Amino acid sequence: MAEMTLELQKKESTMPEGVERTRPRRVYTPAVDIIERKDDIVIFADMPGVDEQSVDITLEKNVLSIYGKADIELPRGLRLDASEYGIGDYQRTFTLSDEIDRDRIEAIVKNGVLKLILPKAEAARAKKIKVKAER
Amino acid sequence: MLWSDFERFLDPWREFERMRRALLGINGMTATDFPAVNVWVGPDNAVVTTEVPGIDPDDIDISVVDRSLTLRGVRQPEESKEEASYHRRERWSGRFSRTIELPFAVEADKVAARFKKGVLTIDLPRAESDKPRRITVTSN
Repeated sequence: MAEMTLELQKKESTMPEGVERTRPRRVYTPAVDIIERKDDIVIFADMPGVDEQSVDITLEKNVLSIYGKADIELPRGLRLDASEYGIGDYQRTFTLSDEIDRDRIEAIVKNGVLKLILPKAEAARAKKIKVKAER
Repeated sequence: MLWSDFERFLDPWREFERMRRALLGINGMTATDFPAVNVWVGPDNAVVTTEVPGIDPDDIDISVVDRSLTLRGVRQPEESKEEASYHRRERWSGRFSRTIELPFAVEADKVAARFKKGVLTIDLPRAESDKPRRITVTSN
């Protein structure tokens, strides 16, 4: 049953063919919420086992990559009796459509959740156009 | 290869059990088992770990009765005050409750839990009364 639950609750991340990872670990796709607000885009990503030291965020052109190294200490001297979820790193890449103000990107990690605030660049913000009535 | 060798490496009953479990999973039997747990067992204690990121530690309720451990909790969805539109909404929110059967009775007073980086770890010491007794053989 364990394998099935694992598949439903934690999705393993896929790599393009011919590309290898250097770290021999499982890599998962974190579940995300992406919320667009008037002035910014907020991304929440569930990455249990990751803290502010072990998360890497890069923005190259309009490709945003998130990589989180899960650093979890396993109980010592005990036998794993039931394993329903796997432990590994997290990786996810997004293509952003709006122009982002790179200098003001903010990232916070709290209780295993990454919150990424991407403020929209001045030029990309929607300008409100007043509509006048013709007499 | 001898049959005896074959059995040693591939126990058919174990294989059936694995298939049965896989089928149950397709029917959605295990989808309700949330959150997923890992259970570590030793002679004197058991450790249960689960991943519940973004939860407030005060919102986790752990109770132990004899051999069963119950986890209850709630994760509030991220609500934004101003106008917002969701591009993606994959993260879970709401209430959960799960009961796990442990291999032995637990000393309820000594159960310790810690929550770090979204991972909940519960240490469950085996009840003194449940531990196997060593019987010394005396000879006259």
